[in-house]
Amino acid sequence: MRGASHPTPWVACAVAAVLAVTASACGGGGGGGSDGVLSSSWSDPQNPLEPANTNEVQGGKVLDMVFRGLKRYDPGTGEARDMVAEAIETTDSQNFTVTLKKGWTFSNGEKVTAGSFVDAWNYAAHIDNKQNNAPFFSDIVGYEDVHPESGAARAKSMRGLVVKDERTFTVALKDKFSTWPETLGYQAFMPLPQAFFTDRAAWLNKPVGNGPYTVDSYTRGSEMRLRRWDGYQGPDKARNAGVDLRVYTDNNTAYQDLISGNLDLVDDVPAQQLKNVESDLGDRYINQPALILQTLVFPLYRPEWSKPGMEKVRLGISKAINREQITRQIYQGTRTPAKDWTSPALGEKGGYADLCGDACVFDAAEAKRLIAEGGGLPGGRITLTSNVDTGSHRQWMDAVCNSVNNVLGRGPVCTVNPVGTFADFRNQVTEARVTGAFRSGWQADYPLIQNFLEPLYYTGASSNYGKFTDRRFDALVDRANAEADQAAAVKHFQDAERILAAQMPAVPLWYQNGSAGYSERLSDVKLNQFSVPVYDRITVG
Amino acid sequence: MGRYVVRRLLQMIPVFIGTTLLIFLMVYALGDPVAALFGDKAPDPATAARIREDLHLDEPLWKQYLLYMGAIFRGDFGTAFNGQRVTELMATAFPVTLRLTLVAVVIEIVVGITLGVVSGLKRGRPLDTGLLVVTLVVISVPTFVSGYLLQFLLGVKWGWVSPSVSSDARLDELILPGVVLALVSLAYVTRLSRTSIAENTRADYVRTAIAKGLPRHRVITRHLLRNSLIPVVTFIGADVGALMGGAIVTERIFNIHGVGYQLYQGILRNNSPTVVGFVTILVIVFLVANLLVDLLYAVLDPRIRYA
Repeated sequence: MRGASHPTPWVACAVAAVLAVTASACGGGGGGGSDGVLSSSWSDPQNPLEPANTNEVQGGKVLDMVFRGLKRYDPGTGEARDMVAEAIETTDSQNFTVTLKKGWTFSNGEKVTAGSFVDAWNYAAHIDNKQNNAPFFSDIVGYEDVHPESGAARAKSMRGLVVKDERTFTVALKDKFSTWPETLGYQAFMPLPQAFFTDRAAWLNKPVGNGPYTVDSYTRGSEMRLRRWDGYQGPDKARNAGVDLRVYTDNNTAYQDLISGNLDLVDDVPAQQLKNVESDLGDRYINQPALILQTLVFPLYRPEWSKPGMEKVRLGISKAINREQITRQIYQGTRTPAKDWTSPALGEKGGYADLCGDACVFDAAEAKRLIAEGGGLPGGRITLTSNVDTGSHRQWMDAVCNSVNNVLGRGPVCTVNPVGTFADFRNQVTEARVTGAFRSGWQADYPLIQNFLEPLYYTGASSNYGKFTDRRFDALVDRANAEADQAAAVKHFQDAERILAAQMPAVPLWYQNGSAGYSERLSDVKLNQFSVPVYDRITVG
Repeated sequence: MGRYVVRRLLQMIPVFIGTTLLIFLMVYALGDPVAALFGDKAPDPATAARIREDLHLDEPLWKQYLLYMGAIFRGDFGTAFNGQRVTELMATAFPVTLRLTLVAVVIEIVVGITLGVVSGLKRGRPLDTGLLVVTLVVISVPTFVSGYLLQFLLGVKWGWVSPSVSSDARLDELILPGVVLALVSLAYVTRLSRTSIAENTRADYVRTAIAKGLPRHRVITRHLLRNSLIPVVTFIGADVGALMGGAIVTERIFNIHGVGYQLYQGILRNNSPTVVGFVTILVIVFLVANLLVDLLYAVLDPRIRYA
């Protein structure tokens, strides 16, 4: 390797080689969707794209296009309407008979039968399949046999699910649950074709469902192309030719792409761009409350926070938070100050009402008085904990702390404990290791008041992270679930909520809005209650 | 020469084991990834236990590491949480980042060395001073500032290029991200080659070459440049590794689905197979790049020999 005397024009060589590669690699070009196809921002779904394993919005977005379940939530009102179901009947709020409509098929031609549902649900519940959404089936008789708390499953399927004929099956629940049929719009309850069970890997690469769109191509981690399924017989045929979902790591890049005409729809407008939205997009910007509530939960598993009298301190902290100011200054109006423990997206019929009342209104003097009456902050201090990798959590925690410090006037008694990643934060919360108040965000799975209360505050409930317990609250929830009449059930849930207002186990902070911006090519863009665009209604051109 | 290479390759083994162990420990220190899979909901204990068992998270740490290394030597880098094999992720991510790095390195070499030579030959003149000031400014501007700025100006305001890179990541789309990625290193390359050239212009061999009556361009390219490039080559060699792993910010700004994107995603989700796997490959890239740099010395300077 000592060719010193030979001329070696190596710099030029390297450049030439690169240029040659450039030339040959630039053959493609163009891109851009065909007529009537819109492009939309997306993030990589966290789990494999199967109905019972998808518990976040990004995967849910796809399932909502590719699948139709027994029920579907009306994007406007949130009401659960029959979709594949013809009727779901019960006489005792515990045993249900489900009848399917005729004519539904999967896009591979297979019929949607009672078996498509029962097999899918049994698959979802079975412990060997490790599906995240398995607990949604825990109300069904026989769940423990397929999903024991430890050890191997004792059965292949749940006793409570019985196929009667091609279009009928029955469901037996363990307890009375009058609003159970309303939960069936959730993606975990979607039917699955036989192709899923015979070759799951292939199915995951290109999911096949019974919804208005089919998956045309799917490059994991970067793009999914969905096209209108012309054979779709449901009532909500797609009004555009298809949707290209493109994965963005940075929502700011997606926004830049939108305003430079490179992308049609962004459903997550970055915080730093909110002040430009008006001039960039005008009326092509949507900002509406979604079924998401952020709360500040107190660690009631710690005696210093749960002893009698502390409810006054908790109420005082709630009153020390200036929600109006924080939502305006930090979130530019993309959060709405909370007035209860549900969401305005439920509507008044669904149970949304101003039940927090005075306790959620900023009042410095009253806050100071309440905290003092309750015996002051435990140890004279309080820390707020949250992950700070997304959602401007650091900013609002600082603001809340400043607000509390100003109210008490005793120097920095409130401090922020930022946690670097969501994963780490979730570990600390689920293992009850947090010693101070911590953030808890809740996105409802279905637009029911029950979903905002029971999983979060019922004694021993799965997501009751603060370990709140109150016998009257539990009794009211039980009564509501047994109530056949919807309106009466909602009343009981609201009574239960009044107990939260008095006990304040978690401070409601604000409702998170869904925000979206879209290009001039699109019209009829709406967001549903889950802040996901209703793709099938969008028209292009 | 051959023996030298073999010795260097053998030295890589302990470095490789040490780095993977460290990375493994660090990712492990981030904590249990399973809870985050369930979002804001509480993980179902039975399901979570099953997932932990499958990922060997219930085993002691040393056993996890041995199991992981054992699998790697069989070519199995594990599975990411979204169900995709890590090797598959690598197959899509590395070519993209490699292209980006290539673009950046070519820009560094061509622009950086040219500017360095010009400025070194005109030492002390206004051009030289001006370039020094410019490189100082470039070095002090962080990548995310230059990235967002150029993206906004070229992509949004003037509409010359698309603000993001498509999933094919063609080379022509990668020019702007390549420039952003190269900027800081380019300034270093300019400064390094300027100093080196400025020093060597007064060397004896240059005077001899001029005295022989060689044309000026030949003196510069064949004699002066070649002898002045050793520090620059060292820098660029080390930079290849740094660029491949350090493109996280640039890849995020321009939405390039390369190594930086996968690492970012992996870290956020505590996905140890992805993070350890990718970093392992990056370690190898770094080691090989360094070896190549050392071998290049011999080509550039005949006085250096390896035995």
